[in-house]
Amino acid sequence: MNALTLWFHKTGSPPTAYRLAGRIMPWCYGLGLVLGLVALYGGLVLAPRDYQQGDAYRIIFIHVPCAWMSLFAYFFMAANAFIALVWRIKLSEVLAMAAAPIGAAFTFITLVTGSIWGKPMWGTWWTWDARLTSELVLLFLYLGVIGLHAAIEDRRQAARAAGFLALIGIVNIPIVHFSVNWWNTLHQGSTVRLMGPSKIDASMIWPLLLMALATHVWFFGSVLARTRIGLLELDGGKDWVRAIALDDDKEAHA
Amino acid sequence: MRSGSTTAACAALVRRDLTLVWRRRGDAANPILFALIVVALFPLALGPEPEQLRRIAAGVVFVAILLAGLLALDTLFRSDYEDGSLEQLVLSPHPLSLLLACKIAVHWFTTALPLIIVSPLLGELLHLAEPLRGLLPLALLLATPLLSLLGAVCVALTVGMHRSGMLLALLVLPLYVPVLIFGAGACNAAQAGLPFAAPLLWLGAALVLALVLAPLACAAALRISLS
Repeated sequence: MNALTLWFHKTGSPPTAYRLAGRIMPWCYGLGLVLGLVALYGGLVLAPRDYQQGDAYRIIFIHVPCAWMSLFAYFFMAANAFIALVWRIKLSEVLAMAAAPIGAAFTFITLVTGSIWGKPMWGTWWTWDARLTSELVLLFLYLGVIGLHAAIEDRRQAARAAGFLALIGIVNIPIVHFSVNWWNTLHQGSTVRLMGPSKIDASMIWPLLLMALATHVWFFGSVLARTRIGLLELDGGKDWVRAIALDDDKEAHA
Repeated sequence: MRSGSTTAACAALVRRDLTLVWRRRGDAANPILFALIVVALFPLALGPEPEQLRRIAAGVVFVAILLAGLLALDTLFRSDYEDGSLEQLVLSPHPLSLLLACKIAVHWFTTALPLIIVSPLLGELLHLAEPLRGLLPLALLLATPLLSLLGAVCVALTVGMHRSGMLLALLVLPLYVPVLIFGAGACNAAQAGLPFAAPLLWLGAALVLALVLAPLACAAALRISLS
């Protein structure tokens, strides 16, 4: 076994991964918080008003990064599920299942902020636009993965089954997007246009990109936090978990 | 011990599943009754105006048949799981995906095909437009095998759970969205006087793809759930 595979296997073992995640996690949260606050200040205060949408457009600084994250989290989950199914790596199972609720939360925020934005802009909370519909289907896919994971007793089997579902879903996402596009344009021309990236001004784009970075970093912090819990659950009876539990016990009584 | 040929195994499986359905032929009528009742609810809720019903007829029939198929999905592996014969299938020396494809085919033949046969009746209840009388069964003929194949993969994931009904719906319905859009879309396009060949061809292409891939995915999913 060469040095790289050895390092890989060591890092992937639950106790090491637990410690490593604990060390990286605060940095992700801290960096995400700082970047997010700067981006919010840039977006809400520094960026100019939109000549057409007024101040209402400022919700894109939450909406668009969350929409990007909703897809990114799914790809992250599916990639880890693939690794877990093919190479049977425990850590990947836990990582994939840790990403599911976070991705669902991002998808939910995207839908909610989208409809809050839609009310003043289009005069309606919801329209059966292609993008909205595929985002809604994405939310259902997430909920299916979470539901399946929660319904099976055995943690490893649950992670494998839910991971398999996530992989079926990733085949489904482009098909849904394509079919929904087709369905919508059959009935009527696209009446709703989201702001094209080329039309956006530089003073608006930097807070947007910074916020996207912040959500990514925050996502990883959150995944690591959930992974730590997942690893403790998975290895519940093992010695290293018992050592951690006893340490905590000692500190609580000291 | 010498095992028989794969063809013989498939034939035996098909014969067994058909016999089981025949012995309980009362149950086989349930999906039809369900679809009939769902379709009958719409005029009660929306009012009996023929014009209004005609506009939504194809979509309602599609959704009713989709839901009936969803409820019938649970029976695909349920009894085989309970009496242990599903595990014997997994352990058999023959390719599991092929055996499952036979099971799915029998299931489609006994649950979806009767629904397609009664679909003109369902359409008539809602005053289905004249040009759709032939198209709706054709679209269903392409769509329902696809629904059975996609559904089978999800059923394989939930096999062995006690109350899998709601969860199964949550897993399956997002996968059904494109099938519904293309199937009902073709009917709606025809009703509006637009060309409708493209969505049907897409359905056909998806069906060919699913015929090859879904049994493999179903076998993989079953191995996960039974491990």
